[in-house]
Formats: sequence, structure tokens, C-alpha cells
Amino acid sequence: MLGRLASQRLREIRQVFRGLPQHIDSPDNNPDLPWEFTDTNKEKAKEILSHYPSNYKQSAVIPLLDLAQQQNGGWLPVSAMNHVAKVIEVAPIRVYEVATFYSMFNRTKVGRYHLLVCGTTPCMIRGSREIEEALLKHLGVKRNEVTKDGLFFCWRNGMHDNNIGTGYFCVLLLHNTLLSTTEDVTPNRVVEIVEALKRGEKPP
Amino acid sequence: MGLGQLASRALFRSTRLASSKPQLLLRRAIVSTPDLHNSGAAAAEAQPEPDLPKRNPVAGARVHFPNPDDVIEVFVDGYPVKIPKGMTVLQACEIAGVDIPRFCYHSRLSIAGNCRMCLVEVEKSPKPVASCAMPALPGMKIKTDTPLAKKAREGVMEFLLMNHPLDCPICDQGGECDLQDQSMAFGSDRGRFTEVKRSVVDKNLGPLVKTVMTRCIQCTRCVRFATEVAGVQDLGMLGRGSGEEIGTYVEKLMTSELSGNVIDICPVGALTSKPFAFKARNWELKGTESIDVTDAVGSNIRIDSRGPEVMRIVPRLNEDINEEWISDKTRFFYDGLKRQRLNDPMIRGADGRFKTVSWRDALAVVAEVIHQVKPEEIVGVAGKLSDAESMMALKDFLNTMGSNNIWCEGNGSNPNADLRSGYIMNTGINGLEKADVFLLVGTQPRTEAAMVNARIRKTVRATNAKVGYVGPPADFNYDHEHLGTGPETLTELSEGRHPFYSALSNAKNPAIIVGAGIFGRNDKDAIFSVIEKIAKNINAVRPDWNGLNVLLLNAAQAAALDLGLVPQSEKSIENAKFLYLMGADDENLDKLPNDAFVVYQGHHGDRGVYRANVILPASAFSEKEGTYANTEGCAQTTVPAVPTVGDARDDWKIIRALSEVAGVRLPYDSLSAIRSRISTVAPNLLNVDEREAAAFSTSSLRPEVKEKMDNSAPFGTAVENFYMTDSITRASKIMAQCSASLSKK
Repeated sequence: MLGRLASQRLREIRQVFRGLPQHIDSPDNNPDLPWEFTDTNKEKAKEILSHYPSNYKQSAVIPLLDLAQQQNGGWLPVSAMNHVAKVIEVAPIRVYEVATFYSMFNRTKVGRYHLLVCGTTPCMIRGSREIEEALLKHLGVKRNEVTKDGLFFCWRNGMHDNNIGTGYFCVLLLHNTLLSTTEDVTPNRVVEIVEALKRGEKPP
Repeated sequence: MGLGQLASRALFRSTRLASSKPQLLLRRAIVSTPDLHNSGAAAAEAQPEPDLPKRNPVAGARVHFPNPDDVIEVFVDGYPVKIPKGMTVLQACEIAGVDIPRFCYHSRLSIAGNCRMCLVEVEKSPKPVASCAMPALPGMKIKTDTPLAKKAREGVMEFLLMNHPLDCPICDQGGECDLQDQSMAFGSDRGRFTEVKRSVVDKNLGPLVKTVMTRCIQCTRCVRFATEVAGVQDLGMLGRGSGEEIGTYVEKLMTSELSGNVIDICPVGALTSKPFAFKARNWELKGTESIDVTDAVGSNIRIDSRGPEVMRIVPRLNEDINEEWISDKTRFFYDGLKRQRLNDPMIRGADGRFKTVSWRDALAVVAEVIHQVKPEEIVGVAGKLSDAESMMALKDFLNTMGSNNIWCEGNGSNPNADLRSGYIMNTGINGLEKADVFLLVGTQPRTEAAMVNARIRKTVRATNAKVGYVGPPADFNYDHEHLGTGPETLTELSEGRHPFYSALSNAKNPAIIVGAGIFGRNDKDAIFSVIEKIAKNINAVRPDWNGLNVLLLNAAQAAALDLGLVPQSEKSIENAKFLYLMGADDENLDKLPNDAFVVYQGHHGDRGVYRANVILPASAFSEKEGTYANTEGCAQTTVPAVPTVGDARDDWKIIRALSEVAGVRLPYDSLSAIRSRISTVAPNLLNVDEREAAAFSTSSLRPEVKEKMDNSAPFGTAVENFYMTDSITRASKIMAQCSASLSKK
């Protein structure tokens, strides 16, 4: 029984919000959809490629994937990965390998705001579970789900963000390039933050 | 695929033409000072022999020293060994006779170093060293049997077995599994893992490769094979940590023609043969070493059979021809040997239906008809899969009857068998590795001879060789330049006008490969003369290097031309009244007169039987002992692996019996007798397993050709469907599945 719970836990944690190591075609994520860098991003891509030797274009895969992810609203469809593969002149599978390796490359749709609640032991002692519950109840979603308007939430286990390291609560927000943390929250504060985000303001 | 397979890897190429002397490693005596001063005493003492037993390299591997000055000495378990510089510790240990366990290392793939099973202890090194990746330095003391090394192996094995499912009873690899063998030999007897094992979703790689990815130990051999040898970058390692999976990420089938080799390469049962799944265990199977006949490469195979049934085909090591790989067609066409077999002689009755008769009646009927026909109306066609003995018998029989209208399928109606160098691969398949520029004319090696293509790819990858291709647009798994589609490109090349010509003329070892599809063209002599002109201009034909090659399509073509199966007239089919098809299914019989009497002697009821009047059942290549010459002129013999079907007989025996019934008894009664007959015609066919190079080159001896090339006809594809090329593959269900799902549209 414990074993089953443990494996379930493992699956929950490691799971879907980033994408399985297998791609399943869906109407909004399949190789036939055309995808290209925007013109500004094409310039940025060229600039990125200039950092690396011309016969080792594949070294630029990570910055280019990051650029593609930002262009695509926080996640990488398979057609974006194929396009990056064409830009750096490698087989697509090599790009897939890199994208599945790194946890910050999301291969399924994430919401505009990606909220993570730290669940490590120190934060748990200070009540992160209640914060998580409050957040979930307020948003009306379960863990690793996207709300109707694209707010997204997940509970990260064992993540000590390097900004924090203080052992306080932290709620990490990822919004395209916005990477900010708010620490030392209470359940009420969390709801305030979410409302602020809904209104489009940056929380303090 | 256990340690036995490990042990049977030849380390280095033993060049067959004995150009470099292999140096067998002998025990080296330790002498401390050169015996200048007391030569007498030293001689009397002989040499102080350390009491170590003589070590032989693993599996009789031979070491090739490319640069005799660059030799270093290392000590393996106290035993000194001389190795060329640049070898890894694992290779040094292999030469010293010590077999180090490994999962991810493969001698023909790049080094990965991720399994850590090959850890050995090296003096002065703080940690055990991954011997597959560590280059051996001079004076290194390598220890493979110390407690540290043993503990390392046990630990690695324990880790590997942690997430490995308990599938041995249902896993096809049981009995030939590297993991099983190495855990028995090097692992500990108990594990300490009490948690839940991870499991992985199975991937669909096609109708040939069955995947149970839970068993995968992430050695990445298949990934490296697919990228390096097969040239299709389909597989990759996705995810990380314990969640790593080998897959294609998107749903993609492995369409490469070498995809079946990952089955051999995978050390565990993650990638296994789908047609062979759950059919047999490897200890039930009897292996027979034989030769593949689906194409002209003559890959060495081992036919594993259980009783009368061929269960699977696996490759045999042959450094000069197919290394360790075989194409998918070779590997999986064996189920065609069980279907559509002809097992009784049949005669077509007056109502058009076949009736089974006895041999005596069938032969009597044939003999009767053949005597009623004029000699020049007798025609014989040898099929793609005919062996040299039967072709010799057929030719002798027809000649005794007064006819010389005999040819082999695929050679065209007017073959030129005068000079051997005009129809074989003069460079040798192994020699292609020395070429630096390739010119492929009218040939798509990927579908015609997959192993030759693998060799070209190996060369292109290793030395960045340039490849120019003249023919219809085709799929290649290496970089190539598409120079043109027809003979006009050849004219441009011969006159030096084409931009690729500069690459050709600057090449040290240019190789021109002409496809045998050109044999069917009317202007083939003109094309060959233009190609010879190109060869002369770029100095491709020299005493030390003959770069002008012909890539044949069928297993029987080279032997047929060696034996002289050249028809008297080109129009033999139109005037034939008696046609003897010996396994010939792809011959165009449109022009055959309606009253011609056709005898079909073969093993499958393929296209040839539709027009036949008499059917004589023969045995297939897996059931007879026959000599086949491959496209480079190397004669090899098949060995009967299974008994033949029904009342079928060997081809040459049928013809010998027919000759007796017809009254023109051929003078041989046994295999050795017919082989001595062959020795009078083409003695190179009896030099089994040795490549006999052609003595004269065509460029100097061929007469001038008056005709012009037909520039309006571009080169075509000789092999339309890779999976269905002869009677056995057309009868195979697996090939039909492959053709439906894997053929490139």
C-alpha cells in the first residue's frame, strides 16, 4: 500500500505539467502546424548563433529553445522544436532530447502564470500545505491543472529556489520572462496575489 | 548474445588479401639488460620465463599495428602486452585475453561510457576507471581481478537490476541475454532493492522491432547505431534520471533498412524481433552458417532452425563483407520459406489445371518435348537465387542439346562476360573504405545492396568522402550531390565539364559504382565505355587500386557471368519453343510464343508458374549446398539448414536426372564431380571465402564502342520495392507488412 502511494506520488510529481517523454499529437500540438520565429526573434536567434562556432551550431539549442518558448507563451509545441532543429541544422530528435532533459522546457500548455509553492520540509513546517489548499480552493483547480483563463498552478516538491534559501515560504511565479518569488506568504496573502495577477498587476 | 558473443568479436580487420602481416601476441620474455657482455651466459640461460600462462587474445582477435613505431606496453594483471597507441584499456585487456564485461561499449559504435560495467582498477588512479573510454597510457598497470574491480562490477550490476523487470520467463532474450550472463558471472547473489520499480511505456517502432522499454538499461547502443551506422537519427534518450526513456518522441517507425540490427545490439530484451517473438528459445535452435541470397552482397548469416523450420536469421561476423550487420530483408524474409512452396512435380493438363505427377512422369514429358524442338528454339533462364552448380548443370545440359540460349535474370539479354572486371566490384566491399570520392551511376545502394551502402556511409562518416550520384532522385543516408539523372551527365563528366569532375580528378582513390540496372538498357555498352573513359581520366584504374565497380543486384549474377551464361542471340525468347525457367520469376515473358513449352523449376509458386507447363520442385537456398559468388567476386557456399519440402530436389540433381532421361547424360553424379566441372570453367568459384580479384581491367582491353548513349532515357530504379525483390520475399508475410508500412512513399 505504501508502495502504491509512493509510486502515485512519484508520478504526480514528475509528471504531466511539463510533458511526458513521448509526444502525443493533438489539434494544437502536432508536427504539421507551421511554426516560425517572429522577425524580431529571427534577429535574436541570429545574434544567439553568433556566440557559437559556425560548425557547432547545435550548442545554441538551449538559448534558442528558450526563445521559442517565450515566443509561444511559456511552452514548446513540437513544431517549434522542429523549427529550432532546422535552424541549428540537427536532427529533430536531438532537440527533443534536450527539451525533455531540462525541466524548465514545458512541452505542454501551461498557463500565463505558473505558480509554484515550495513544499520542502522547512516550508511545510511553516504551513505551506495550508497555503496550497487555499490557493487551490480559490482557483478551483487541482494540482498541475490550468484554470479556464490560463492560470496555472503546481506544487513543487523539494525545490529550494536559489533566490530564497531562507526557509521561508515562497511562491514562485513564472510569467514568460517574469521570474519572481514572493516569500513569507499566508493563505490570505496568496489569494491577494492571485487577484492582483488576475487584474494584471505585478504583485510586490 | 551472451559472453560467447562478446568473445566472438574480432577486434581488428584482418585484411584478406594479406597485405599486412597480422602479429599474434606472444608472451614477451623479460630481459633486464641487453646481452652485450655475457652473451654466452645469456644464451645458456635461455630467457627467464615468468610463470604466466600463454595468453591468447579474446576470441582469437588479431592486432593490427598501423604504425609499428607507435607501440606502447601496458600490463594487464601483471602480464605485459604490446598495443598500438590510442587503444583503450578495454581493448588492451582484450588483447591480453581478459574479457571485461560491458553493456554500452560496442566495438563498431562510438564510445559512450555510461553503463560503468567495464570498471577496472588502474594503479595510481584514485577511482576505478571506465576501461572502454580510458586510453591506455604507456606503462599502465591494469588490474581486472582485484576486489575493487569485482566490487565495482557487483555494484553496477545491482544498480542495473534495480529497475529491471522480472521478465526473464517471458523475455525473448532469455538464454542469450548479456544481463543474465554478466549477472551470473560478475554480479552478486542478492539485491537490496525493496522499493517499487519504474516502468516505461512501450514504443511502436514498426512491424520488425518489438519494444518492451521497461527492460531497457539505457545503454544507448541503439541510439548510437541509428545515428552512426544506419544514418537515421530517429532514436534518442529522452528525459533524465530514472525517468529516462529511449524513444522517438514523436510516433515514428524505424524505416531504415538496417533497423533489425538493433535487435542484435540491444544487450537486454528491450528491443527484440517481433516476428520471432515467443517462438523459440535460443538453446532449442540449431545454427547453420550460411549465406544470404536476397541480394548480391552475400552477407554471412546463421540460420537458426528448430527441426524442419527456419526460426530466425542472425548475422555472422565477416569483416570484409557485412561486418556484423544484415539488412532487414535478409533478417526477416525467412517466413517466405514456409509459404507457397512447390513440393511435387506437376504437369498442366489439357484443361489448364496442374496435376501432381511423379518425378518419372514429369521428367519423361519434359524429355519428350525437348527432343521435338529444334536446338535453337531451346532457351534456358537461370533465376536470381540459382547457385553456381545448378547453373553449370543447366548450361551443360542446354549445350549438349545443341542450344546456347541461356542467361541469368538481371544480366540482360546481351551480357558481356568477357572480362571479369567488367561485372564485379573490383574494389571489394572492404576496399570501399579506402575510397575518398564515390561516383554512383544508376544505382541506389540503399535498396540494392544495403550492406554496401552501410560501408559507403561508414567511409563518408569517417573520412568525409564525397559522393556524387547520377540517377533518379533517391533517399540516401549520407550527404551526396545529385549530379544528374541520365547519361548526359556522364558525358559532361567524361569531358570534364561537370563541376564534380574536379573532385573526382583530385581524389586519391576514386570509386565509381555502376548499378546492374544498366545491364537492361540497349545502350549499355556505350554507357560503360563512357564510364571507362571517366575512369581513365581520373586515374581510377591503377595496379594498386581499381575503382571501377559494378554493383550487381542478384545473388546469381556474378557466378552466371563467371560460368559464361551468355545467350547466343538476343531474340531467343521470341523464337523459343521450349523455355526452361530455373527459378526465374522476373523475366519478361511477353514475347514468348503461345505454343512454347515452359518448364518451371523452382521452390516457390511465384510469377514463373503462371505460364509453366511443367513444374519441377527444387529446394531453396536454406536446404541445399550451393556456391554463390557475391558482387565482389567472392565465392561462398550455403549449407543446408533444414530438410527440403515435399518431393523437391536440388536444382542440379534435377537437371542431371533430366539429362539422363533425355538421353544426353551429364558426366557428373555428385557435388564434388560438378564442382570439378566448374573448376574447368571458372575455378575461382571453388576458392570459397576468398575474393578473387579480376586479372585484367576493362579500360585497356575493351574495344571501342560505336553506339551512342541514349540521352533521352534517364537512369531508372532497379529495385522499386526493397522488401519484395524475389520469390521468397514476395511470399513472406513479414515482408508484406514491411512493404505496406515501412516503404518510403
